Amino acid sequence: MDSEKFQKQDKQQEDLDNWKKWPIINFITKTLVITELEIRKLKHDPTELISRVIQPIMWLLIFGEVLAHARAIPTGHMSYLAFMAPGVLAQSVLFVSIFYGIAVIWERDLGIVYKFLSSPAPRTSLVLGKAISAGIRGFSQAIIVYILALLLKIPLNLNIWALLGVLIFILLGAIIFSTFSLIIACIVKVRERFMGIGQLLTMPLFFASNAIYPIAIMPRWLQIFSHVNPLTYEIDAIRHLMVLNAPSVYGLGKDFGVLLLASIIIVWIGSKIYPNIAT
Amino acid sequence: MIILQTEQLTKQFGKLIAVNHVDISVQRGEIFGLLGPNGAGKTTMLKMFTTLLSPSFGTVKISGFDIVKQPNKVRQIIGYVPQMLSADGTLTGYENLLIFAKIYDLPAKTREKRIWELLELMNLKDSANFLVRTYSGGMIRRLEIAQSLLHQPHILFLDEPTVGLDPIARQTVWDRIIHLSKEYDLTIILTTHYMEEAENLCTHLAIMHLGKVVAQGTQKELKKSAGDPDMSMDKVFSHYAGAEIEIGGNIHGLREISETRQTARRLG
Repeated sequence: MDSEKFQKQDKQQEDLDNWKKWPIINFITKTLVITELEIRKLKHDPTELISRVIQPIMWLLIFGEVLAHARAIPTGHMSYLAFMAPGVLAQSVLFVSIFYGIAVIWERDLGIVYKFLSSPAPRTSLVLGKAISAGIRGFSQAIIVYILALLLKIPLNLNIWALLGVLIFILLGAIIFSTFSLIIACIVKVRERFMGIGQLLTMPLFFASNAIYPIAIMPRWLQIFSHVNPLTYEIDAIRHLMVLNAPSVYGLGKDFGVLLLASIIIVWIGSKIYPNIAT
Repeated sequence: MIILQTEQLTKQFGKLIAVNHVDISVQRGEIFGLLGPNGAGKTTMLKMFTTLLSPSFGTVKISGFDIVKQPNKVRQIIGYVPQMLSADGTLTGYENLLIFAKIYDLPAKTREKRIWELLELMNLKDSANFLVRTYSGGMIRRLEIAQSLLHQPHILFLDEPTVGLDPIARQTVWDRIIHLSKEYDLTIILTTHYMEEAENLCTHLAIMHLGKVVAQGTQKELKKSAGDPDMSMDKVFSHYAGAEIEIGGNIHGLREISETRQTARRLG
C-alpha cells in the first residue's frame, strides 16, 4: 500500500470526479450501490426467490379456481381469474416487501447497519436502495404470475410497454411497502415483535384493496380505507396494463401520481427514522 | 497533533448516564485504548465518535470537525469496525470491499488496486472470492479492518476487536493492528475489556468505569501514578476503578456481548 502514490492519483482523479460530488448525482450513485449490494446477495443465493413461487400458485390455482366456479364476485366482462391475477401479483410483491424490516433488524443485530450509517452515504440512498431491491425481488414474482396466467389462459397484454409499465408499478408498490416495513422495524427493533406486526399489517392491506374483489361490493367503511390504501392504486394500474381490455377505475395517471407521491413521502420519512436503528 | 478531543462528553439514556462528562484527547499515531468492564460506556463513546449517537451534552471534535455540526465531514475521515462480526456473510470478501469502495467514492481506476492491496495486507488474498460465511472469526475481523481502511481514514475505531476470537485469531488481529500503526502512522482508538489486549496493543489508555474516565495516559504513566512502575495492568485498573474488571456490566453491555457471541457462532 503506497499511500503517497495513491493520494497523487486521487488528486488527478479529483478534477474529473468533481461532478460526482453534486448531491443529486451522489444520491443516485449511492442508491445504485445499495441496490447492487442486494442484487449480488440474490445472485449468491437465489433459493429465496424459488421458495416464493408457492404462494401465488396457491392463490391462483386453489382460491382463484374455486371462486371462479362459484361466480360469486361480479367482475364485469372479465373472468374472475383474469380479475384476480394482477391482485395476486401485487399481493406477492406486498408480502416480499412487508417483511423487509426483518432484514433491517437482522442487519442491526449483525452490526452491518452501523457501518453504513457511519459512512458518508446519504441516508435517503440507504433507504431507497433497499426499497428498489425489494422491487427487483418483486419482478421475480411477476415472472411467476405471468407464467401461471398464461397456463390458465388468461388474456394477457404482452406489449412491451405494458410489461414495462407493470414493472414500474411493481417497483413503486415495493418501495412504498418495504419502506413502510423499514420504518416499523426502526421503531420496534426486535425481530419477534416485528414478526407479529408484519402479520398484522399484511392482511388488512390485502383485504382492504381491490385485489380479489372490486371495491364497489365492499361496505362503505371498508371502501374509505381502500381508497387511502396505496395497494388499491397499484392493483388498478397493474390490472389495466396486465390483462387485455381491463379497464382502469382511477386512470393510469392518477394511479401513478398517488403511488409516486406516497413513495417520495415514505422514503423521506424512512430516511429520517432509519438512523434510529443504530441507537 | 491532536486528532480527537472530547469536552464534557455525556450520553444519557433515560435515567442511566452511560457516558459521564468525559474529557479525552488523542494524538495522531496513538493506539488509544478505552479500557473497562462491560457497561462502562465504551461502546456508547464509540457510537458517538462515529456519528451513530448524538451526545446529550458536550462535544467531540475529530480532525477539527464537530461530530454534531459536521457529521458528513467526520464520516469521510473515520473508519469503524463495530463489535459484532459484521461483514456480510452472503457476499464474498472481495464484494464486501467493493461495495464499500463504491460507498466511499474510490475512483474506479484505482479501486481494484486498493482493494487487492488491502486484501493482501490483511492476508486474505487467497480467500477473497469465497463467501464470507465460510470465513473464520479472525478472517472476518481482518476483512472488516480492510473494509474500514479503503478510504484512507485519519482515524480508525475498533470496538472490542478481538471479542469472541480464539487466541490464535486474536494474535493475528493484534499483529495487523500494530502493523497498521507502525507502517502507516494510523491513529487507532479501540475499546477492550481484556487487560492483555490493553497491555500488548495500546500506547495510551483511558480507564473507564461506570461511564467516567477515571485515569488516562501511557501505560508507564498510569503505573507510575498508581504508585508502582512494575504493577500489572489488572492492579492498575483496580487501583483507579476501585473494582476488578470482571465485576460490573449492566444489561445493555451484556446483551451486546451475547449478540456478538451469537454472531460468531452463526458465522462458524
